[in-house]
Amino acid sequence: MDKSILLCGVGGQGTVLASKLIAAAFMQAGEVVHSAETIGMAQRGGSVTSHVRIGENAFSPLIPSKTADLILAFEPAEAVRNLPLLKENGAVIANSVPVKPVNDMSYNGAEAVDYLKRRVKNAIIVDAEELCREFGSSKFFNIAILGVACGAKKLGLSREQILGEIEKRVPKKYLEQNIAAFQKGEQIGESYAAE
Amino acid sequence: MNKEYLMGNGAIALGALKAGVKVCAGYPGTPSSEIIENIVKYKSPEVYAEWSVNEKAALEVAAAAAYSGARTLVTMKQVGLNVASDPLMSLAYVGVKGGMVVVVADDPGPISSQTEQDTRVFAEYARIPVFDPSSPEEAFEMIQQAFDCSEKYHTPVIFRPTTRVCHAYASVEFDGAEPRPYEGFVKDSKKWVIFPRLSFMNHEMIEKRNPEIAEDFSDSALNFARGSGKKAVFASGVSYAYAKEFLKNREDVVLAKISTPHPFPEKFALSVLENVEEALCFEELSPYIEQNLLKIAGKHHLPVKIFGKTTGNGKLSGENSADIAEEIIGEFLGEKRAEKRDFSDMPKLPVRPPVLCAGCPHRASFYAVKTAMSGKKAIFCGDIGCYTLGNAMPLDMTDTCLCMGAGITMAQGFARVEKDTTCFAFVGDSTFFASGMTGVVNAVYNRANMILCVLDNSTTAMTGHQPHPGTGKNLMDDITSRVDLTKVLEGIGVAKIVTVNPLNLDEAVKAVKECAALDGVKAIIFKSPCIAVEKSAKKMRVDESCVMCETCINEIGCPALSAGNAGISIDATLCTGCGLCAQICPVNAIKPVGGDTNG
Repeated sequence: MDKSILLCGVGGQGTVLASKLIAAAFMQAGEVVHSAETIGMAQRGGSVTSHVRIGENAFSPLIPSKTADLILAFEPAEAVRNLPLLKENGAVIANSVPVKPVNDMSYNGAEAVDYLKRRVKNAIIVDAEELCREFGSSKFFNIAILGVACGAKKLGLSREQILGEIEKRVPKKYLEQNIAAFQKGEQIGESYAAE
Repeated sequence: MNKEYLMGNGAIALGALKAGVKVCAGYPGTPSSEIIENIVKYKSPEVYAEWSVNEKAALEVAAAAAYSGARTLVTMKQVGLNVASDPLMSLAYVGVKGGMVVVVADDPGPISSQTEQDTRVFAEYARIPVFDPSSPEEAFEMIQQAFDCSEKYHTPVIFRPTTRVCHAYASVEFDGAEPRPYEGFVKDSKKWVIFPRLSFMNHEMIEKRNPEIAEDFSDSALNFARGSGKKAVFASGVSYAYAKEFLKNREDVVLAKISTPHPFPEKFALSVLENVEEALCFEELSPYIEQNLLKIAGKHHLPVKIFGKTTGNGKLSGENSADIAEEIIGEFLGEKRAEKRDFSDMPKLPVRPPVLCAGCPHRASFYAVKTAMSGKKAIFCGDIGCYTLGNAMPLDMTDTCLCMGAGITMAQGFARVEKDTTCFAFVGDSTFFASGMTGVVNAVYNRANMILCVLDNSTTAMTGHQPHPGTGKNLMDDITSRVDLTKVLEGIGVAKIVTVNPLNLDEAVKAVKECAALDGVKAIIFKSPCIAVEKSAKKMRVDESCVMCETCINEIGCPALSAGNAGISIDATLCTGCGLCAQICPVNAIKPVGGDTNG
C-alpha cells in the first residue's frame, strides 16, 4: 500500500500522538512506515505538521505536494495552509474551531472553513469543542479525529487496528474517555460516509 | 530481533550502542537532543552517559575516554561545534585510540538555529572525516562504519545528520549491546601532549593520510551511483532522499550519492563525471559537492558542465524538499513542470510565530522588568532558549540575541557606550551554566554596570526539559550535588543578588527598581518552575465585571487569552492559573476558578 497522511495543527494540540498511533497501526498491519514531526521552536504555538508515509516507495520524509491521500487538520487555517499537499481527490477532515494567534484577534476561522468547503470535495468539518464537550477537554480531539477518519473509511485502517494501538499507548487513566471520544468521532465519520 | 520504531536520533543512538560505545556526552540542542536521551533509554548499565555543561566539556570528556581506547560518542547541534571547536581542532592533530564519533546535527532552514553553517565544511577545515546519512535506517548502519573508520585511522570523525533525518521516524532492529573491551590509557607524552613539534609532524601525517581515506571512501559501498545516461545528479544527506523520490522511475539519469563528503571520494566522483556531459549538485547549505566536482573537473580537464548553487541551480539558503527536487532536477533534465494547482484565492491565513506558553514564568519576568523600566532608557540583551521568545509583541523585551551566553557580556558592552541606560541581560539557568558564568566574572572583574536576570525555571526547556547542574539530577543519578546559582554569583563577587517569584508582580517590579537604582553588577533570580514540567491544575476565569478594555491581551500576549464577540475568554485547556493577567486587570475581573492563586 502507498499512502500519505498529513496531520496539521498548532503546537500543543496533540498531533504527534495521533501520528504515532496511525504509524503503529500500519506497522502492526505489516506495512513499511516512515513519519516526520515538527520539533523545536515551532512547538511553542507555531504551525506544526506530522507526515506519515506508508509503503516502500516513500523516500522523502515529508509528503511532496499533491500526494497526500488524507489531511487531518486540528485547526481550520492549518488545513487551508496545507492544501497544496493534498491529492486531486484527497480527503480533508478538519476542526472548525480556530486557534487565534496572540497577535491577531481578528482571525476567526470562518473564511478558512468556507474555503475548505469550496475547494475540497467531501471535506468533513467537525466542531471539536462540541464533540469533546462531554469529555471536559478538547485535548481528546486527537483521538476523536482518528475516529472520524475511521468511521468515514478514509484512514485505511479498521477500527480494531487503530483501537488496538490506542489501548497500548494511551495512559490507562484516560483510556476510557479516549475510547468514548474515538467512538463519538466514528459516528460522525459514519454519518458522513452514509451521505 | 526487536524492531523499534524511533526517530533518526534514536537510530543514531542505537547504532552507536551496537558499535560498542562506552562513554557518551553531549549538550542539548535541536535537532540533536534525543540522541543522548535514547542512549539512556536503551543502554546497558556498563555504558556511561552525561549531559555535559556545554559542548566543549562533552568533547573533552569523550576525548580522554577515547585516549584510553574506549569507543566514545559526543552529540551537539551545529552551533555547538563552534563551542567545541577548540578541543576538536587540536584533537584532530593528536588523534584517538578508541573510535570517537562526534555527531553534529545541521539545521538547514534554519528551523531552530541561529546559523545555516555546514558541518561538512567544518570537517574539511579540521581535516577529519565526515559521514552524511540520508535516512534514519542509513544513519543506524553508517554510524557503526564511522566508529570503524575512526579507529582504523586514529582520528575523531564527524557524523552529520540534518533536522529531517534527526526527526524522521523509521524502524530499526536492535537487541541490546555491551561496550567494547578497551586497553586503558597508556602514558606517552610524545603522543598525547600537543606541542608545536607534534603538531608539525602530525599535520604532515594527516595530509598524507587523507588521500588514503578518500581512496577508501571511493571503494566503499557508501558512495554509489545508479542509472545511466549523459546527465548525473549528485546528492548527499536528505537531499539524496528527495532526489531519489523524484527519480524513482528513471533509469536514464545517473543518481550519485556522496555519503562521505570529506575526504572527498575523488576517484568515485571522477568515474561518474568521466561518463556524463552535465552534472547537477543537489545539496543543502554550502555548495560543497559542487566545489569539489569543479576541482576534480579542472584537475582532470574534463569537458563536463557542473551545475549547482553557484550557477543558480539551487537555493542559496533554506532547506530542500521533494518539491524543490522536482523544480531543480526537473529543470536540469529539461522537463516541463507539472502544473501547480492554483491556490491564489486562498484566504489570508494567520501568521503563527512561536510564543511563550500560557502560564510561562518568563512572560511574568519580562513583564516585571518592562513595568519597572517604563519610561526609562534600557537595553534588554536576550540569549538562547525559550526566553528568546520574549522578543514577540506585545512583550517586545529582547533587543539582542547573538549566541549562547552572549547577552551577559553584551549588556556590559552596551553600558560602555550608551549613556544613562540601564543594561539588562536575560539568561536561562541552563545557558547560565553552559556559558554565562565567565561573562559574570568578566563583569565583576571589569566593574561593569549591568543587571543580570537569571530566568530560573529549573530545566532546559526549549530542547525538551533536560536536567542541568542547577537541578540536582543528572543522567546516571537521581540525586547529585546541586550547583547553587546564588552561591555561584556570591562566589564570583556579585554584591547585590535578589531572588523573586516572577508570578508575584509587585514584588518582582520592586526588585527590579531596587537594582536599577544601584551601581555595579546586580543579579535578579526570577525563580519559578517551567509549567510544562510542574503541571498546574489551577485556572483563571473572567467574570461579568470585565469591561472589555483588552488590557490583559494587549499587555502580556498570553495564548490562553482571546477576545471575541462574547468578550474576553480564557482557554481552560491552556491556562495554568499563573494569575499574571489577574494582577494587571484594571477592574479586577479575572479571578481564580474556585480559590486562591499566586500573587
